[in-house]
Parts: sequence; C-alpha cells; structure tokens
Amino acid sequence: MKKRSLIPILYIAFLMLPIYWLVSMSFKTTNEILSGFSLFPRTFTLENYKVIFTDPTWYWGYINSIIYVSLNTVISICVALPAAYAFSRYRFLGDKQLFFWLLTNRMAPAAVFALPFFQLYSAVGLFDTHLAVALAHCLFNIPLAVWILEGFMRGVPKELDETAYVDGYSFPRFFVTIFLPSIKAGVGVAAFFCFMFSWVELLLAKTLTAVEAKPIAATMTKTASSAGYELGLLAAAGTLTIIPGAIVIYFVRNYIAKGFALGRV
Amino acid sequence: MRTHNQKAWFFVLPVLLLVAFNALIPMMTVVNYSVQETFGNNVFFWEGLRWFQELLNSDRFHAALGRQFLFTGIILAVEIPLGIIIALAMPRKGMWVPVCLVLMALPMLIPWNVVGAMWNIFTLPRIGMLGYFMNDVLGVHYDMTQNPTAAWITIVIMDVWHWTSLVVLLCYAGLVSIPDAYYQAAKIDGASGWAVFRHIQLPKMKQVLTIAILLRFMDSFNIYTEPFVLTGGGPGNSTTLLSIDLVKIALGQFDLGPAAAMSLIYFAVTLLVSWLFYTLMTKDDEP
Repeated sequence: MKKRSLIPILYIAFLMLPIYWLVSMSFKTTNEILSGFSLFPRTFTLENYKVIFTDPTWYWGYINSIIYVSLNTVISICVALPAAYAFSRYRFLGDKQLFFWLLTNRMAPAAVFALPFFQLYSAVGLFDTHLAVALAHCLFNIPLAVWILEGFMRGVPKELDETAYVDGYSFPRFFVTIFLPSIKAGVGVAAFFCFMFSWVELLLAKTLTAVEAKPIAATMTKTASSAGYELGLLAAAGTLTIIPGAIVIYFVRNYIAKGFALGRV
Repeated sequence: MRTHNQKAWFFVLPVLLLVAFNALIPMMTVVNYSVQETFGNNVFFWEGLRWFQELLNSDRFHAALGRQFLFTGIILAVEIPLGIIIALAMPRKGMWVPVCLVLMALPMLIPWNVVGAMWNIFTLPRIGMLGYFMNDVLGVHYDMTQNPTAAWITIVIMDVWHWTSLVVLLCYAGLVSIPDAYYQAAKIDGASGWAVFRHIQLPKMKQVLTIAILLRFMDSFNIYTEPFVLTGGGPGNSTTLLSIDLVKIALGQFDLGPAAAMSLIYFAVTLLVSWLFYTLMTKDDEP
C-alpha cells in the first residue's frame, strides 16, 4: 500500500468517528448513555427505533420531510431545465445580470428571510403545507440547479439541436426525446444537490410549518426540550435522517464529482 | 457561439417568477421594517435611517461581525488547503473511488441540526466519545460549555468535518479532468512533485477552486443552525456569530426594525465580499 493513500484513509476515519458514535448510541438505552462512556452498546436495544416507528408524531416527521424535499426537487428541476437551456444556447438582454442575480440568492442568510417568509406564506394561505416549504427552498435550489444544468448543457454540441430541427422535430419533442437523455447525468447531479440542500435545511422548514407538515428535524428539537434529554431516542432519529441521503448519493456516485466541475464561474 | 434570441426570456420566466416571489417580496418586507419602529399590534412608526446608524455604531454588532469574519477566515484557511491535499492523495481510478466519494459526501447529507446535536453529544465530558477521550484518557480539561477556546475549537472542527468534503469533491473533479499526457510530459521533463502541482494541477483546479472558495465563503458566513445547536452562542457570547445574533434580536427580542437593518447590512457584506472574491479570482481569465 502506498504511503499517500494513508491521507484519505485517515480523513475518512475522522469523518466516520462521530457517525459511528451516533449509530452506536442509538442502540443503547438512555440510562447506559448517561451512566458513562462505552465504545459498544453493553445492552443492545432496538427500543429507540421501535418508538420512532410506532409513534405517528415521529414517523410522520420523516414522511413530511420526504414529501416536501421530493416536491422541491421536482419543481426546481422542471423550471431550471428551460432556463438553463436558454442560458446555454442563447444570448438575450440582461442574461449575464440575471445569472448573477440568481446566484446572489444563495448568499442571502436564511436567518434574514425567516420572518418575512413566515408572513408571506401566511398571507397567501400556504402556511403549514408541504408546498410552502418546497417553494421556499426553491430560493437557493433553483439557482444551483440552473448553474449545474447549464454547465452540462454547454457540453452538448449545438449541432444536435440543429440536426433535430432539420429532421423535423418540434422543440418540445426534441427537448424531451433527444436533449434530455443526453444530459441525464446532469439532471441526476442537479437533483441530488437539490435533494441534499432541501433535506438538510431546517430554519425555513421549521418556520413555515406547525403541525401538518412538520419536518423530522423539528420533531427532534421539540422532543429534546420537552422530554428532557432522551439521548438514545435522539440518536436513533438522527441515524435515520442519514439514510435517505445515503440512498440518493449511491445512485449518483459516479457523477457527483462532475456536478460542479462543469458549471461556469 | 450562442445566438441572440430575445424569446429566450420565456424559458427563463418560470425561474424568474419563482425566485422573485421568494426573494423580492421578503426583501421588500425587510427593507420596510428596517426604517420603522413597532411596539406590536401592527402599529409602525417611521424611523428613517436610525437603526442603520445605531447598528453601525454598536459594539455588539462589531463584535458579532468580527467573530463572523474570524470564523470564516479560519474555515477557509483550514478547509481549502486540507481539501486540496486530500484530493491530491486520492486514487484516480479503481473500485475504491466511488467508495471514497460516497463516504466523504455522507456528512454533507445530514440535516444541520442533527450535525449540531451529534457533535454536542460527541463532545460531552464523561459520556461523549471526544469529551471522554480528552478529559479521561489524555487528561486535558476540555469542556466547551465553560471554556470559550474549547467552544471555538469544537465549532471549527465540526465545520471541517461537515464541509471539507465539498472542497475535496470539487478539487477531485478538477484533477481527474487532467489528461494523462500532461503527467507523462512532466515525467520526461523531470519535473518535481511541486512543479507538477504548481504548473499542471493547480491551474487545472483553478475553476473548481473558485467555486469551492465562493461556496465555502457564502455558507460559512451564513452559518446558523450547527453552531446554534452545538453551543447556543455560548459560553457567554463567545461563539455568537452574526446570524445567531440576528435571530436573537429578531425572534428573541422581537426588535424587528434593528433586526431588519442588520439583515440588510449582513446581506450587503456577504454580497460585497463574494463579489471581491469573484473578481479577484477570475480577473485574468478573460481578455
């Protein structure tokens, strides 16, 4: 084994340590966690997971999160596709300024928008719906999706479009049957990043929901404060939040590195 | 070449409407608050630029802004070089590549409050893994709820843990795009490892590094959830970063006017620094 492969191995070990700790804690009873340090669970228990899977306030948190994250990913990709196509193929009045303005929306701290968002979505009657969170997350996901997709689309030669027109394809038919398949890696990567940023965001999701659409992360903070520190339960809930991301990343593992590399700066 | 076509605006319109709905309306609300005073019940009084003046002269704001710049500075100084080193050391092909990438991306996929909570438990003295190791095995007194230095080290390590992988992934993407021929040419010329890095790898990584630095700057400058859950801004105010202070004022004390003024200054600072980075790093790209 070469010496330099030691660096990634050490780094990955460092990354896995807190995750291992979380997972191992989720199989312990809260009493064992509080009684002192133990590397492996002494009394292995599935009790924490049982609570989560049987209590609706817990498992609905996951369902709510997955609903608005999926909704957001679909909306972001659908509106970003034509926009990215326009940026990659055409020059039009204000295109550069528009592109930069889109990116600036990623720079706005979510903390700034929390209260106005609450008022805005209450005013339009969407408060405490999945749609509200999905739309709010568009603020930072659409610019990102446009950015990534535009990079991938620029890699497709323009001759493809022209040949399709000569062959008599209408624009929508060309876009769906020829163009989309040729950038499907880009769509995958963009969808992955939308999923990721929507899944991990909490501040806006929490501000825009109360009961009906409450995300899992908010359920966790509530439990932490109301029932004292149920550490075992919290660890189990935390462990379960890693799983959807891990599943999604497995599907795009070969493309993920390319995602940003192709985007224009 | 891209062709001129004003009809392209129709393609951009949905994005424009959605983002404008989310960005412009809340921004106008914030601007509106920033020039008024309220005592509740939706009664507002015109205050002009008072909040801005007060804020720019406030020690509390200066302190929070200073802490924010310190934090972001440390984060960039640690994560960017570390990310480059790890990306350089990673294998270029083979079965381990996807395994490495998936494992490395894992921390980025954990909800931010869970990240804060898991690090909080991880560092608890006596029962957390790191806390136990430091206090009981190494005998170093380490308690981030009492010691500001320990709290700072903890939030920095947490962020390094959370986000260095983004830099690694980006740099790695830049590195794998270098054709083998470049390395062979360097070998024939007898170039040193440093020369290969300086003249082949670094220029090829420049574009992705720009993105990495910009993203890491924006996200670490706007960081809220993780340090809030981890330390709550304490002990004292030692880890109260700008956004934590902002939420304290806006939602804790419900001082909407000052909070809105602070939001605007905050956003302006982020925008300005991002623009500076962007111009500096891309200035010799185009003729």
